[in-house]
Amino acid sequence: MARDLAYLSATDLTGLLGSGQLSSVELVQSCLARVQAVDGRVRAFNSRDEAGALAAARASDERRAAGQARGPLDGIPVGLKDVIAVEGQPLTCSSKMLANFISPYDATVTTRLKAAGAIPLGRLNMDEFAMGSSTENSAFGPTANPWDLTRVPGGSSGGSAAAVAAGELPLTLGSDTGGSIRQPAALCGIVGLKPTYGLVSRYGLAAYASSLDQIGTMAHTVDDAALLLGAIAGHDERDSTSFKAAVPDYGAEIARRRGPWRLGVPKEFFGAGLDPEVGAAVQAAIAFYREAGCEIREVSLPLAAEHAIAVYYLIATAEASSNLARYDGIRYGHRAAKAKDVVDLYFQSRAEGFGDEVKRRIILGTHVLSSGYYDAYYLRAQKVRTLIRNEFAAVLQECDALLSPTSPIPAFKIGEKSADPLAMYLTDIYTISVNLAGLPGLSVPCGFTTGGLPIGLQLIGRPFDEAGLLAIARAYEQAHEWSQRHPVL
Amino acid sequence: MSAGSDLNIDYVANLARLALTDEEKARFARQLGDILHYVEKLKQVDVSGVEPMAHAAPVFNVWQDDVARAGLTVEQALRNAPAQRDQMIAVPKVLD
Repeated sequence: MARDLAYLSATDLTGLLGSGQLSSVELVQSCLARVQAVDGRVRAFNSRDEAGALAAARASDERRAAGQARGPLDGIPVGLKDVIAVEGQPLTCSSKMLANFISPYDATVTTRLKAAGAIPLGRLNMDEFAMGSSTENSAFGPTANPWDLTRVPGGSSGGSAAAVAAGELPLTLGSDTGGSIRQPAALCGIVGLKPTYGLVSRYGLAAYASSLDQIGTMAHTVDDAALLLGAIAGHDERDSTSFKAAVPDYGAEIARRRGPWRLGVPKEFFGAGLDPEVGAAVQAAIAFYREAGCEIREVSLPLAAEHAIAVYYLIATAEASSNLARYDGIRYGHRAAKAKDVVDLYFQSRAEGFGDEVKRRIILGTHVLSSGYYDAYYLRAQKVRTLIRNEFAAVLQECDALLSPTSPIPAFKIGEKSADPLAMYLTDIYTISVNLAGLPGLSVPCGFTTGGLPIGLQLIGRPFDEAGLLAIARAYEQAHEWSQRHPVL
Repeated sequence: MSAGSDLNIDYVANLARLALTDEEKARFARQLGDILHYVEKLKQVDVSGVEPMAHAAPVFNVWQDDVARAGLTVEQALRNAPAQRDQMIAVPKVLD
């Protein structure tokens, strides 16, 4: 293939496919060649269905030749975090527990992608069961950050972020429970969108913390993230938490909304622990909006800033301890070879199948739900969660969106924080409260450190106002060239 | 709220049906002690009169009509079973 397609946006690829300058088969082959060239170093993929992807690409090309292309995603390869079911394909959650599991059905997002003609090309590495912020908790080894292979890509959707940043795929899906789309997007220099809780069906997403989990999109550009969101969003009767709301044409809505906007800056999100270069890049982005005519308001989120991490690690681990009880070695998943009886089989299968971080969270979650501790930990956390949600609702009454850093620090070294879980948890300080409140959040590239590591700007929006959030992010993106920079691999 | 030292790791690991080595018990107890100490800060928040929040979705009590529909076939449902026999999942003896 003569053209270098690696860093073209999905929107550009759609144009090339539509004008006949590119076939889907060529595009899939180009992605596979790029994977062949760089993934030995990046290690974003857990598995790939190359034959299936090429067959789907041929079918797409035939539809297009017959004038029956299904829309802008027809023929575009998409990578899925290895926590989202694709029928007949592995679904490992990067865990030994599910190392040999084959999905018996498609997740709703997978069904919708296929219906749009998109091509699920591979399943991407992650922290085991989406528990982590660095993708080091994968049973299959860590993914590397394409900007510096000695550093983490963030997590838990580190494979999904790295695959885009490395030019292996134009679009990927991740899942975000406490920042797991936005933080790796920031650390890898791409766009990551966590939609409002309830906008995207979670049917076929292996559950971690059900009241917080949400599938979202990762891409080179805001337009691409919106394009992919439009294909997967909307009510699904198979997810009882999915919201019955009309899904707008995000592309048209983004173009229509031009600002100026009222933007809030939570003062507590710029305090101790924020890397100076990250802080300076985010302040420069805020200055851009001010100069563009936006009204910048300092706002205060004291409870979110001070208590979100504590609330999250009580609620998320409680839900995880319940959700992960299903992995017992009986119906599916790893079964220990030696056990005295069926109860011992549970103990041994879980001991062998789960990694350290999953065990830690199951223990913590079981503890905080146990008799005598429930009120003090879990119930209190749920009440503080209410206060955090109310705090966001109040400031978002007077602001169209909030601006903050996505991560307090740029990508850290592989191994740097893996022995200290609490230090790792603190890297999610700006993203985690957004999940507690159920709000949409987006990370867009806003610069680089002097060492060449990407920095992300987080935008937090009103419930179900993804279009507004995307429009605000796009205004910044269009005026800067960060998304034109790519790592040398 | 109770201090982190209240974590009885043997008791909790038993509830969670999770076999832990002595090394894991010591390490997890220390790490989780740090985390439980950290979450103590929630005691500072006045939550009197505050309703707990289970999730952020503005939907409640979703019911589906009781209509039969196609599901997985037996073969599909058993495909990932670690051991099977006669279209059933085989398990170690449960009763003597």
